[in-house]
Amino acid sequence: MSTDTNSSGNGSGEKQCYSVGRSMKRKEDPRFLTGNGNYVDDIRLPGMLSMVIVHSPYPHARIRSIDKTAALAVPGVKAVITGEDLVAANLGWLPTFHGFDKQMVLAVGKVLFQHQEVAAVFADTREAALDAAELVEVDYDPLDPVTTPFDAMKDEVILRDDRDHKTNHIYHWESGDRSGTDAALDGAEITVNERVYAPRCHPAPLEPCGCVAQFDAMGRLHFHVTSQAPHVYRTAISLVTGIPEDKIRVIAPDIGGGFGNKVPVYPGYVCAIVGALILKTPVKWIETRTENLTTTGFARDYHMDVTIGANKDGTVTALKVRTVADHGAFDAAADPTQYPAGMFGIVTGSYDFPVAFTELDAYFTNKAPGGVAYRCSFRVTEASYAIERGMDILARKLDMDPADLRRKNFVHKDAFPYQSALGFTYDSGDYAGTLDKALTQIGYAELRKEQAEKRARGEYMGIGISTFTEVVGAGPSKHFDILGIKMFDSAEIRIHPTGTGIVRAGTKSQGQGHETTWAQIVSEELGLDAENILVEEGDTDTAPYGLGTYASRSTPVAGAAIALAARRVREKAKKVAAHLLEASPDDIEWTDHTFQVMGAPDRSVTMKDVAFAAYTNPGDGNEPGLEASLYYDPPNMTFPHGAYIAVVDVDADTGEVKVRRFLAVDDCGTVINPMIVEGQVHGGLTEGFAIAFMQEIPYDEQGNNLAPNFMEYLIPTAVESPVWETGSTVTPSPHHPIGAKGVGESPNVGSPAAFVNAVMDALAPLGVTHIDMPLTREKVWRAVRDARGAAASD
Amino acid sequence: MTTAETGAKTTVTLTINGQTHTQSIEPRTLLAYAIRDTGLKGTHVGCDSSSCGCCVVLLDGDTPVKSCTMFAVQAEGRAITTVEGLGAPGNLHPLQQAFWDQHGLQCGYCTPGMLMTAKAMLEHNPDPTDQEVREFLGGNLCRCTGYNNIVKAVQQAARVMREDQGSPLDALTAAATGQDTATGGAQ
Repeated sequence: MSTDTNSSGNGSGEKQCYSVGRSMKRKEDPRFLTGNGNYVDDIRLPGMLSMVIVHSPYPHARIRSIDKTAALAVPGVKAVITGEDLVAANLGWLPTFHGFDKQMVLAVGKVLFQHQEVAAVFADTREAALDAAELVEVDYDPLDPVTTPFDAMKDEVILRDDRDHKTNHIYHWESGDRSGTDAALDGAEITVNERVYAPRCHPAPLEPCGCVAQFDAMGRLHFHVTSQAPHVYRTAISLVTGIPEDKIRVIAPDIGGGFGNKVPVYPGYVCAIVGALILKTPVKWIETRTENLTTTGFARDYHMDVTIGANKDGTVTALKVRTVADHGAFDAAADPTQYPAGMFGIVTGSYDFPVAFTELDAYFTNKAPGGVAYRCSFRVTEASYAIERGMDILARKLDMDPADLRRKNFVHKDAFPYQSALGFTYDSGDYAGTLDKALTQIGYAELRKEQAEKRARGEYMGIGISTFTEVVGAGPSKHFDILGIKMFDSAEIRIHPTGTGIVRAGTKSQGQGHETTWAQIVSEELGLDAENILVEEGDTDTAPYGLGTYASRSTPVAGAAIALAARRVREKAKKVAAHLLEASPDDIEWTDHTFQVMGAPDRSVTMKDVAFAAYTNPGDGNEPGLEASLYYDPPNMTFPHGAYIAVVDVDADTGEVKVRRFLAVDDCGTVINPMIVEGQVHGGLTEGFAIAFMQEIPYDEQGNNLAPNFMEYLIPTAVESPVWETGSTVTPSPHHPIGAKGVGESPNVGSPAAFVNAVMDALAPLGVTHIDMPLTREKVWRAVRDARGAAASD
Repeated sequence: MTTAETGAKTTVTLTINGQTHTQSIEPRTLLAYAIRDTGLKGTHVGCDSSSCGCCVVLLDGDTPVKSCTMFAVQAEGRAITTVEGLGAPGNLHPLQQAFWDQHGLQCGYCTPGMLMTAKAMLEHNPDPTDQEVREFLGGNLCRCTGYNNIVKAVQQAARVMREDQGSPLDALTAAATGQDTATGGAQ
């Protein structure tokens, strides 16, 4: 067995080069470290034009006219297109992935949100395009904007006159037992109720969205794009434009972060394709940061009324959550078709609620469209926040330790598979075990003692817990599709004669490290060196069809496909091994990463030996070559969970919150690469920290977007980001081939509630029960001032 | 900018990683775009407001600048170092090696700017505290890593650079070319 190379490993190397569970250094890193990455903006083609989009300054206005004359007169400008132009070509609207709505490519008749795309300018240089965009004269007739879903539901102003139904109400969704829940709440010894808001925020990957569209001499479209789901794009482009799908090649090159922002198809992409088509030359469009924050997929914007019923001993008896959702101007939430509110049904969390009910009403407003799954599996972050805040509010009402209340109500580790009141079948978990590990690791009892001492001195220290359960890995084809396409994923593995190979998958890494982890899975399954397994994703001409990377689905779905495809390769190799060992295939076993004759371990061949033979001496009747492909339809979702604990100090006089410690104990099942998992946790926690304390896309009453750049939309820097502590427990998924569950989103899903719970715990002596995120200094200070004022006037 | 002015060009000569590049550009061209137009694509643009730091390059070896905040014409006569001047695959600078070892990058988009800012810091402060690292990198956003591993990486590089004054090959290369490869050329 050729196992002498361990050049890129920084782990112990005991299992040498083929292993799941090793902190292998990332294979993709050298190119990123040396400026050799290949992002969309790095693509330069001969004759390539720059495209710049003209945006609306108004959130709601009729378009009286658009005059292109001055723009077209700018030297170097080749074309200007408007919504009317596109409508004439039957390209005025594009379907949203959600399937319930469509979205204007360029505004037709009226604009529905500030910064909406109104015209696209094509020019030789980006400077000429920028200048010309300034000269596109749009005559607007402003209309009253509707900026909250609560105003929208009055239907006094109907925003979407293109729709048959003259209402701002988009849909109603519900799940669970309404009457049973109401009855249980009516009879509950204790109930708590709170409206909690998951603020509108934006994934804001550091690389903005963009594309390069090119039709080759034979009329075939080559579309380079920042896409988390290139195959879905290919199908969507074909459906929208009528270009046969075989005449479209979508290439997602290196992607500079996605976090859900790069799932939807955006108007700029359609415009660039149209420009390349009519001008017969390549077109590049790279959005600015302002365009990214003001037009492309926002996240959250859920107003949630949480009601929990419980017995006096703390046993929960019922959960009800009613949500009002602000979807903006178009329903562009990228949810699976049958799940308009995504996986919000995970709102019962880690707790054994005997009965539950949740309902949601979504509305149009004059805000940007979106509702993407920002580092979460379709509304799981909103749901986790609701239940984890709710449990803390209940603990306070009962005067119980929030850890004890949680432990009392956990789904027991022997109860899996567990059928939740809202219809999910949880695969596995050990919630109490994970919480206990976290409490011990952080020294919970000591922290509570310290807190008591500080409270006695009038200092505000808080400890916040979140014991969340996620639902990821969409998903089983019976329930999950996007645009009708079932949410399977795929892998294709080819082993070369010399024992190296290539694996291709339908996913697309945006920083998650697939080039390393996918190679590790193949390495583990086939006993070949992960260093020499090339991973390729993102090119629809070569990769098998897959639904892409978001919703923590890569490892649960494509990771499974890769493991099972590798096992197919192994089955095929077994026959060749039998030939080499002059034995029957039935007598060959795969042990210690080699093929051995049963009962005769000295008679063995390595996969490398077999690979060479598969091309040079496969044996009579054996198919030459060594490759396999596989499409994996997951039997169930996976349910990662974790126990997070935040420790904060609040300066009640200034409202400043200092996160002193934060521990995340995650259970994502089998870990493929501990270093990468820890990195994912660090990154997700930092985004959760951002959502809790600073990130928001607010709009004023006139419909102005108040956070259109990084001066206003605050991304944490190294200065304020906490030092993260991590830990893990391992409860493998019983239905996943290697037991993995996925981890990229857990920290972003689980952490916001831990932060807010910690701050509320700190302010408990003042009677502050809830502050909506982000917990800015001003909001904390105002809450403290109001509480002190109330106390003084009592 | 009026229509009449559009397209008026000037000639600028930039010295990037020791090589000169002469370009005919509009005077308003930002340094980041001029660098990228030479084919050096490691300098990234991530925002419109000088907030993210993806575009940081060094001027005269030790001054980090956000190259989207500077006109290309202002950089004429200065020695510009980009990430491509720091090291190459197979010959990584200690900072690049440390970012790799410590998992200090994920999507890679912020990485060139991070590396260049860290390089500048270590020129001025070869033995920083963690807090000093965090403050010096305060103008460089990272969306993926949460910064913990970046701090570890910079500390590893600082340690290596303090202890290692360069390999014999570096010394030979420096002697032969007149360039100091151990600390990234273009001094």
